[in-house]
Amino acid sequence: MLLIIIIILGVSLLLYTLLGGADFGAGIIEIFSGTRGEKTVSKAMAPVWEANHVWLILAIVIIFTGFPTVYATISLYLHIPLMIVLLGIVLRGASFIFRYYDESEDKAHKYFTVFFKISSLVTPVFLGIIIGAMTGGKININQETGFFERFIFPWLNIFCITLGLFSASLFAYIAAIFLVGETSNPAERKRYARLAKIFLITTFSLGLCVFGAAKWEDLHLWKDFISSPLSMITFGIAVLLIPAIFFLFDHPNILYLRAVIGFQVTLILLGWFAIHYPVLVYEKNGNHLDFFTTRAPDATLYQLVIALLVGLVLIIPSFYFLFKVFKKTKD
Amino acid sequence: MDDLSAARLQMALSLGFHIVFACIGMIMPILMAFSEWKWLRTGKQVYIDIAKAWSKGAAIFFAVGAVSGTVLSFELGLLFPEFMKHAGPIIGMPFSWEGTAFFVEAIALGVFLYGWNRLNKWVHWGSGIVVALAGIMSGIFVVAANAWMNSPKGFDWENGKAIHVDPLAAMFNDAWLQEALHMILAAFIATAFAVAGVHAFLLLKKRKSVFHKTAVQIALSFGVVAAFLQPLSGDFSAKQIANKQPAKFAAMEALYKTSKPADLIIGGIPNEREERVDHAIHIPALLSYLTYGNFNAEVKGLDQFPKDERPPVMVMHFSFQVMAGIGFLLAFTGLLFLLFSLFRKRVLSKRGWLIFISLLTPLGFLAVEAGWTVTEVGRQPWIIYGVMKTKDAVSAMPGLQYSLYAITVIYLLLSVLIFWLLRKQIANVATHYPSARTEND
Ligand code: HDD
Ligand code: HEM
Ligand code: HEM
Repeated sequence: MLLIIIIILGVSLLLYTLLGGADFGAGIIEIFSGTRGEKTVSKAMAPVWEANHVWLILAIVIIFTGFPTVYATISLYLHIPLMIVLLGIVLRGASFIFRYYDESEDKAHKYFTVFFKISSLVTPVFLGIIIGAMTGGKININQETGFFERFIFPWLNIFCITLGLFSASLFAYIAAIFLVGETSNPAERKRYARLAKIFLITTFSLGLCVFGAAKWEDLHLWKDFISSPLSMITFGIAVLLIPAIFFLFDHPNILYLRAVIGFQVTLILLGWFAIHYPVLVYEKNGNHLDFFTTRAPDATLYQLVIALLVGLVLIIPSFYFLFKVFKKTKD
Repeated sequence: MDDLSAARLQMALSLGFHIVFACIGMIMPILMAFSEWKWLRTGKQVYIDIAKAWSKGAAIFFAVGAVSGTVLSFELGLLFPEFMKHAGPIIGMPFSWEGTAFFVEAIALGVFLYGWNRLNKWVHWGSGIVVALAGIMSGIFVVAANAWMNSPKGFDWENGKAIHVDPLAAMFNDAWLQEALHMILAAFIATAFAVAGVHAFLLLKKRKSVFHKTAVQIALSFGVVAAFLQPLSGDFSAKQIANKQPAKFAAMEALYKTSKPADLIIGGIPNEREERVDHAIHIPALLSYLTYGNFNAEVKGLDQFPKDERPPVMVMHFSFQVMAGIGFLLAFTGLLFLLFSLFRKRVLSKRGWLIFISLLTPLGFLAVEAGWTVTEVGRQPWIIYGVMKTKDAVSAMPGLQYSLYAITVIYLLLSVLIFWLLRKQIANVATHYPSARTEND
């Protein structure tokens, strides 16, 4: 039962990374592609962004229902980055939809675009910072220490920031690939493909930096990684896929490319998960919160599984329908 | 500002903001699907025009509803981590079902809003129905979670820990039915009267527009039915509360002293120090009758509770009167509407009536906010009634007021922008929809 919940939690986070990531990334890509890309981004995102976004809500609900101590701990000690993420989510969603429905091309339209781009960049950085702070082992629950030691430094450090930049870059990479298939204009396609390649390289370089930072800050992450064969294998395959991806850019059917990227991102997340499993939060004092010690009572988990399974039976076909209606490459 | 007040204010602000969008998110799909259905049946252009025009406005509200809802699901923990640590497993069940409902809603919404020209007409209409059903379900689930805070069940509390958790019993607690019923009706009233009000206002400027006239007609019909039922449902809620949450009941009725029989106190200014209500109208024994169906029944007053377990009477009494006052006003409007429709159809387009309806625009939402104030402030000082106090649940992080400031600024900004965009959309209605210009259908 616990295992089913963990799997669904993992799948939600994966789908949020892929789908929500593509949405956030589209805003980052717009920073680089300028107003020329606005139409494509708007058209691709409008029907799906709300649904894509629910994966995050699902993940949060699973955490506070199934692993309440984890939710309470991160809400308390990562209050500030979480608040920034929330403001980012609000501003991005609102500015996107305001821009979409604002018919005139006036000054307001420009401001909406600026807000859209900034919040699309800031939010993933802070999402990454939060993940970094959970896994970095610096969460400090010692009441005796000061405000900065408890509420700032656990997430404001080189490792977390590198992971934040990595996340933003990963999202931009996913988005660029996704956008290639969303336009039939050859020049635009080329531009997205070029951005995708750049972000692919940036993402992997930043990935190396994340481990570099972990080693430099002497986090347990590094030792855990080198002793986890599964993550070494998945990361290895993810890297080996890079040449194949470059090759696939020229393939006429974009679906192959998307599938390979999806697989690659899955491997990255799986590898990351495998390093820590079953731990969710590492505290500075050496303790940690994991799936087993923080689990809710069985009666709760049982109901949660039922709700999730019924949900998935409803959601998966309707998601398929939604994408089928809007994502058959148009024109 | 101390951290507890900041956290409570932020929670109140975020919920008060979200509820507006949630109501619209639940009810607009029903109004749109109804109009589209009329179009499918009659083929009249005006119905499809209305459905499309509404869907554009509603899209903005849906988006803000979704993001402000996301804020809430984090805020519960950000502001009250101790609460969620214990409550999460107990009320997680309605929240997880709500998650499912959101998903279905968001997906169907994408299909409905952006699929006008891509789908078979009836499939499109069906997607609207799915949005409406899923929206109402999510409303019911989240209200069930709130009802549990007011009327906790499904666990035993020992040594500061919940044991023997039974999520089903928690979800179907004693208050869920009354709250869900009242909430759904409230959403109907608030949204429908607001929509009718806006179109009535536009009709004042363009007296012959079929578009606006039909829109008023559709919206008002829904609002009126709900407005008739709401006082009944409110009465049911009040009777439940008198039994289960007597402190809340006494505070909203401003009944300081346990009385037998008890007067109904209307208006007035509660004087906390002297424990009496100044300048109020007293109707002898009516409260006893309304509560227990007996003019001689005893009603518990605030004197039954220690001072630190009483909700603030001023806020409670005032909010309750605002809600009930609006409830009766709207029910009365409904009565007029019915009488006019039955006997003298033309009166409906008279200037006076249109002005009256447009003045009602914000009242439904005002009642919603007031009603929630009654429910939530009436639970104070408890976050889980009788089990955990709000002050014991609040986050230990210092400086909570800064997140309050940030949220306040952003929500103010969004409110202004939404008004502005909506005005722009309304100004463009005539250019987009032929029926908004023609005088007859
Ligand atoms: C359009 C909105 C609206 C209108 C016209 C009314 N209400 Fe209401 N009321 C609400 C909207 C609302 C609400 C905002 O939706 C609440 C908050 C919690 C809930 O379940 O519904 C509420 C709560 C609420 C409660 C507290 C329930 C609880 O704590 O569980 C009572 C006793 C009443 N109402 C009673 C009434 C009465 C006697 C009305 C007379 C006409 C009335 N309401 C009209
Ligand atoms: C959407 C309509 C709602 C409105 C307008 C609303 C309003 C409020 C207000 C005014 C407060 C502050 C009370 C005080 O501290 O004096 C409050 C507190 C709170 N509400 Fe609600 N509420 C709503 C629905 C809900 C729902 C559905 C839930 C839970 C599922 C909820 C959970 C809470 C919590 C946890 C607090 C903080 C603890 C407390 O002050 O008791 N609310 N709400
Ligand atoms: C009485 C109180 C509430 C009612 C009736 C209500 C109902 C709704 C409805 C109908 C929607 C869809 C609205 C739309 O798409 O525009 C919605 C959105 C949302 N609500 Fe609420 N809600 C309430 C309070 C809350 C609370 C307390 C939470 C969190 C704990 C919450 C979390 C959410 C979330 C996460 C969404 C976004 C779903 C999406 O992305 O589609 N709501 N709510």
